[in-house]
Amino acid sequence: MNNVISLVWLIPVLPLAGFLVCGLLRRHLSKSLTGVIGSGVILASFILSLLIFGQVRQEGFQAVVVRLFDFISVGKLSISFAFQVDPLSALFLLIITGVGFLIHVYSTAYMHEETAPDFARYFAYLNLFVFSMLLLVLGSNYVIMFIGWEGVGLCSYLLIGYWFKNIEYGAAARKAFIMNRIGDLGFLIAIFWMISQFGTTNFIEIFTKAAMPKAVSTGVLTGITLLLFVGATGKSAQIPLYTWLPDAMAGPTPVSALIHAATMVTAGIYMIARSNILYTLAPVTQTVVAVIGLATALLAATIALKQNDIKKVLAYSTVSQLGYMFLGLGVGAYTGAVFHVMTHAFFKALLFLGAGSVIHAMHHEQDIRKMGGLKKHLFWTHLTFLIACLAIAGIPPFAGFFSKDEILSAAYEKNPVYYAVGVFTALLTAFYMFRLYATTFLGKFRGTHEQAHHLHESPSAMVIPLVVLAVLSVVAGFVGIPAAIAPDAHWLGHFLAPVFEGSTRLHPAAEADKKLEWGLMGISVGVAALGMIYAWSRFSRKPDLEEAQGFGKVLADKWYVDELYDAIIVKPINALGRFFNSFVEKSVIDGIVNGVGRLVQYGGRQIRLLQSGLVGGYVLLMVIGILALFLVELFTKK
Amino acid sequence: MPINYYIFLSVALFCIGVSGVLTRRNAIIIFMCVELMLNAVNLLLVAFSKMHHHAQAATNPNAGIDGQLFVFFIMVVAAAEVSVGLAIIVMMYRNTHSIDVNFLNRLKN
Repeated sequence: MNNVISLVWLIPVLPLAGFLVCGLLRRHLSKSLTGVIGSGVILASFILSLLIFGQVRQEGFQAVVVRLFDFISVGKLSISFAFQVDPLSALFLLIITGVGFLIHVYSTAYMHEETAPDFARYFAYLNLFVFSMLLLVLGSNYVIMFIGWEGVGLCSYLLIGYWFKNIEYGAAARKAFIMNRIGDLGFLIAIFWMISQFGTTNFIEIFTKAAMPKAVSTGVLTGITLLLFVGATGKSAQIPLYTWLPDAMAGPTPVSALIHAATMVTAGIYMIARSNILYTLAPVTQTVVAVIGLATALLAATIALKQNDIKKVLAYSTVSQLGYMFLGLGVGAYTGAVFHVMTHAFFKALLFLGAGSVIHAMHHEQDIRKMGGLKKHLFWTHLTFLIACLAIAGIPPFAGFFSKDEILSAAYEKNPVYYAVGVFTALLTAFYMFRLYATTFLGKFRGTHEQAHHLHESPSAMVIPLVVLAVLSVVAGFVGIPAAIAPDAHWLGHFLAPVFEGSTRLHPAAEADKKLEWGLMGISVGVAALGMIYAWSRFSRKPDLEEAQGFGKVLADKWYVDELYDAIIVKPINALGRFFNSFVEKSVIDGIVNGVGRLVQYGGRQIRLLQSGLVGGYVLLMVIGILALFLVELFTKK
Repeated sequence: MPINYYIFLSVALFCIGVSGVLTRRNAIIIFMCVELMLNAVNLLLVAFSKMHHHAQAATNPNAGIDGQLFVFFIMVVAAAEVSVGLAIIVMMYRNTHSIDVNFLNRLKN
């Protein structure tokens, strides 16, 4: 039975092979061959993941660690290169390879205007990304996870800056990389702290040691989990490190779909869900996580209200949804958070791919004010986009409803204030998503005559992934039906139960009051429907075309957070750099170095005079030297 | 004879050698002064060797012979040095028609 699982190493190795082939042979492969290789390896990984998933979901499955080789072995510390197969990693494998495959297929059509070497470079990066992401979720210790963590950060940088000739895109890539590095430092310190505290980085060992009563003080656990959370805020774009994600939209749209919506940005949620026992043992951190998540969800949702770039709206909605997931993690609804990762991966990838299809049809126009009325021309894109909007808004029976509801009801049990803010954010979500939908697809076409002439539905390589994701966005919610609707129907909860066992033992989920559950569901659906209908009716007739005024301008300018960071962090650091460059470097360091050089030269010029070429002179010096040695001997000894 | 006499004689010879090397420019005289220094050392070696083994000399006629043997080594080296040095001086004379050592600063610059 274990033979499929022992092949788990093939899942990341296949994309790595794809990366090497596409990357090294990029000048020799034709575009279609690159597309086949790039997508084929991901498909193969997906099939393997399905087989493994089939094994994992059998009754009585125990987590398996497949050890490949010793990675680091120093003293008592031994870190092996090992993969852990359990329900959580199996689920993430499916999401990454499944959505990844669809996006690879989509990319073959979306990127067809690129030259063959650039096309191959794109697929090489994309494969490398999938490899790193798989490493991240498969690693059986924090170090392997960190390798994947850094790998996805690198690929994100490479892909945001894919069109590197555009200076702004390059700056966006650097911004993403640097902000990620800030978070990574926290993660790294947490790893070192865990090594000193537990003497290991293995998940299983750390979690058993941490769960033992009185083994580790709560303060230490709080410190470790807070540092891990700093890492998560960087990767998953939470306050205060979220500003890189909207700028990351500089990359090609399928990249935004795969990396900056479906997979990489959920790495932080995966990490916390993986370390759930540590978080459950550190209630302070849980509160921090919940508050930061909620604040991010609200802040990003308000910014999204006034954005006019189709991808920027989606980017802020991603930040907002990630905030929801962190809220779920913070209130202990780990299953709900992972559930939302899954459904979000489907509908947000769908939204981005739909946006890509619109951008493709509009010849790289991204401003929704210049669109409108696309419903007539892009049938499939419109239909699937609408499904995704319904899903993200939380309208039943679409996927987003179930996962969001699970998080919100857990938040209510923890603290009704969380719930109230969460529901308000859900209202904003429904509002801005349908503002986007109505402005883009309804009303009259506002683009140029030429664009109107060329409007066309995208090729089937782009439409088929849209349809598949749309189907998933509709049905994915049914794996987690809340107990209020049908008892014991939460399949995902049962599936993930072994992973969160330690946490549920510490904090058993309260038996939910069914009437309350229905009430909460009713409120969130009602609020979402309200936002949706209002936005639909308002923006389909009279889209919001003017520049925002007053408070709207503050929102459109993103609360001036970028300007704030620029003023309090970037400018002082630049000034410090200039000071060091102009003063310390020029006068102090250069002075020392040049001074040493000048001293040696001067000394050499003076001592050179002794070399007269007269033998008698040399002998005299020699005798003087010998006499000096004698005198030294005479006066120092005894 | 007390050892002091030998030491004074050796030091006097050595100093004459050193001052000769320092002050003269004639290569052959410098050479002779070097020989003088070597032989001053030889004399001292033999004297010290004799002094050191003074007590055993009554019973063992070979006592202190190693110190005197050492002198022969120095003589051999000195002889080798002379053969090489004189050859150099001859070559020098052939090239420059002089045996003034200060003439030998051609390597400078």
